[in-house]
Amino acid sequence: MDAAAEQKYNFAVVRWFTVMAVVYLVVGALVGVYIAAELAWPFLNFDLPYITFGRLRPLHTNAVIFAFGGCALMATSFYSVQRTCGVRLWSDKLAWFTFWGWNLIIVSAVITLPLGITTAKEYAELEWPIDLAIAVVWLVYSFNFIMTLATRKTSHIYVSNWFFLGMMVMITYLHVVNSLAVPVDLFKSYSAFSGVQDAMIQWWYGHNAVGFYLTAGFLGIMYYFVPKQAGRPVYSYRLSVVHFWALMFGYVWLGSHHLQYTALPDWAGSLGAAVSLAMIIPSWGGAVNGMMTLSGAWDKLRTDYILRFMIMSLAFYAMSTFEGPVMSLKTVNALSHYTDWTVGHVHSGALGWVAMVAIGAIYHLMMRTFHTEMWSMKLINAHFWTATIGAVIYIVAMWVSGIMQGLMWRAYDEYGTLAYTFAESVEAMHPYYAMRTVGGAIFLLGALMMLINVLMTVAKASSEGSLQQARTAAATA
Amino acid sequence: MADNQSTGFQEKMEKNVWLLLLILALALTVGGIVEIVPLFTMKTTMEHNAAPELVWQRQPGQTLHDHKPGDGVRPYTALELAGRDIYQREGCYTCHSQMVRPFRDEKERYGHYSLASESMYDHPFQWGSKRTGPDFARLGGKYSDDWQRKHLRAPRSVVPESVMPNYPWLKDSLVEGKDMAARFKVMRLLGVPYTDEDIASANAELAGKTEEDAMVAYLQVLGTMAKLDENKVYRE
Repeated sequence: MDAAAEQKYNFAVVRWFTVMAVVYLVVGALVGVYIAAELAWPFLNFDLPYITFGRLRPLHTNAVIFAFGGCALMATSFYSVQRTCGVRLWSDKLAWFTFWGWNLIIVSAVITLPLGITTAKEYAELEWPIDLAIAVVWLVYSFNFIMTLATRKTSHIYVSNWFFLGMMVMITYLHVVNSLAVPVDLFKSYSAFSGVQDAMIQWWYGHNAVGFYLTAGFLGIMYYFVPKQAGRPVYSYRLSVVHFWALMFGYVWLGSHHLQYTALPDWAGSLGAAVSLAMIIPSWGGAVNGMMTLSGAWDKLRTDYILRFMIMSLAFYAMSTFEGPVMSLKTVNALSHYTDWTVGHVHSGALGWVAMVAIGAIYHLMMRTFHTEMWSMKLINAHFWTATIGAVIYIVAMWVSGIMQGLMWRAYDEYGTLAYTFAESVEAMHPYYAMRTVGGAIFLLGALMMLINVLMTVAKASSEGSLQQARTAAATA
Repeated sequence: MADNQSTGFQEKMEKNVWLLLLILALALTVGGIVEIVPLFTMKTTMEHNAAPELVWQRQPGQTLHDHKPGDGVRPYTALELAGRDIYQREGCYTCHSQMVRPFRDEKERYGHYSLASESMYDHPFQWGSKRTGPDFARLGGKYSDDWQRKHLRAPRSVVPESVMPNYPWLKDSLVEGKDMAARFKVMRLLGVPYTDEDIASANAELAGKTEEDAMVAYLQVLGTMAKLDENKVYRE
């Protein structure tokens, strides 16, 4: 059966994306831990322009979102679309073009961002030539995926593919509109929009990069890999239809909640906040659908470490999609905006949901596409606990520091004057910035365990000859 | 569960990828259109439509240097724009916002709340999303040039609690030779009212200036262009 699948489908490109995703997870987390340490101990900037917080922070966000997240999405979507459609990828050439193109973009980001070549728009910092390359590679990736769906052997399009499709359409819109700029030269451009319109477009982009890239895309992962790993069908088909369309239609509206109380007209911010509140329902619909897929098979959590990652990711997803709407409430937002609470919220989604569900899927993919067991199951369990503990320490540190910041900024003394200077609030953050660094470092340690495990599994597959066998054995399925 | 059968239009979409794609492409545009397009068309978005004094009314023959603080929002001078570009290059926006919200504590700490018209010439906007350091929307004039230079070179020499990196290289590199005329031209293309004279003199204004000079010029102009009336309600 392994041989049949190996020869029928394009697993080679999946293998490369899978291994690179793990490499970028380590790189992205490493940069993250370093910049976290810079905020706790600023001497670490070493007076070197290339490694200052301001230049490395965009590198961290781009590395984890587009390098790790992108490779994870491309590996999982290319794998699951073939399995659910019963056909090989429409074009092997375009798939390899996607792989090399995406990785070249990542390399160019690693070079340009520390050099200070940036558009200064959050999560869209890459300059216009790289933006053009992203558009081309993204469209090629999407086109190949869509054509694979169009040539499928199954009658219905499986639910995971709806989510991937929604992501592809929306990311195309977001990237094209938000990157509109007029170049001055090869390394510098100015955004086509200014001030309030630029702010709204940026956060329409920023929130939906989260909503569609890191949520819809990763829900696509969840809908294929959780049922596969659990050996059970998705809990409710109807729930998946309802929450899919609610999510697709609704998420687009949320960006303006990032701009409450700013110079953005009040109607826009309030509209975003109102829809944000409503989004609890479809978000939890997805979380429930994923978790309940395990109903009747909960005992598997005792022995299946990969499944643990997936279920923990859904718990974080549920937590973080509850926290998000709460933070978009005007009274809460007045306190939380501009503070570390936002950073903590992002990381409960990024470390807890995005990374964990992708990690689970990657371990699953490693075994399916290298046709062997993981080098060490115990190490997966150790990874699970370090990832969970690291994420929790990080999030708790940011909750405390964020709420403390917000309260200190608005505190008054008995004479009716501001109780604290800004510098005092910075000083008060130090222990939590140190604690955050520790949490991040523990998470990074887990990622390193994963990298070792993955590389050793590749070596094992090669020494056992399992991959070679699958490629050459007579297909008997 | 027994609800694993699709029916009606949903089933049609599940069987036809092009139909699914089309419906998705439509559904995904609605929120963005409703929230973004009115910002370009509604007059109430920009406060200067009701309060024209917020924007500098330049008389023929006046240069950017004829503007006095409080005269109204104007395009940045060559040195200020060079500073703004460095501000972006160094990623200052990752720790500093430029957007004061209408709260009592922010008013006392930073000043009058920010208006949309104040960033009308800002391509891109720099409102920020995080205050690891304080807000900059009304930074101009709060500290002396000397303090700003000292602080840029070694923040902890003037603010011991600061976690900001040192920026000692700014004083050592010249902005001279940067093609500001090209940058002004792009800005004009995007609607920023630079005159031919502004563009002609742009490069010469950087003669002998360092990156630190440019940064200080930018930081010192923030929030000083327009004079806001405490008693006036600019937006509700």
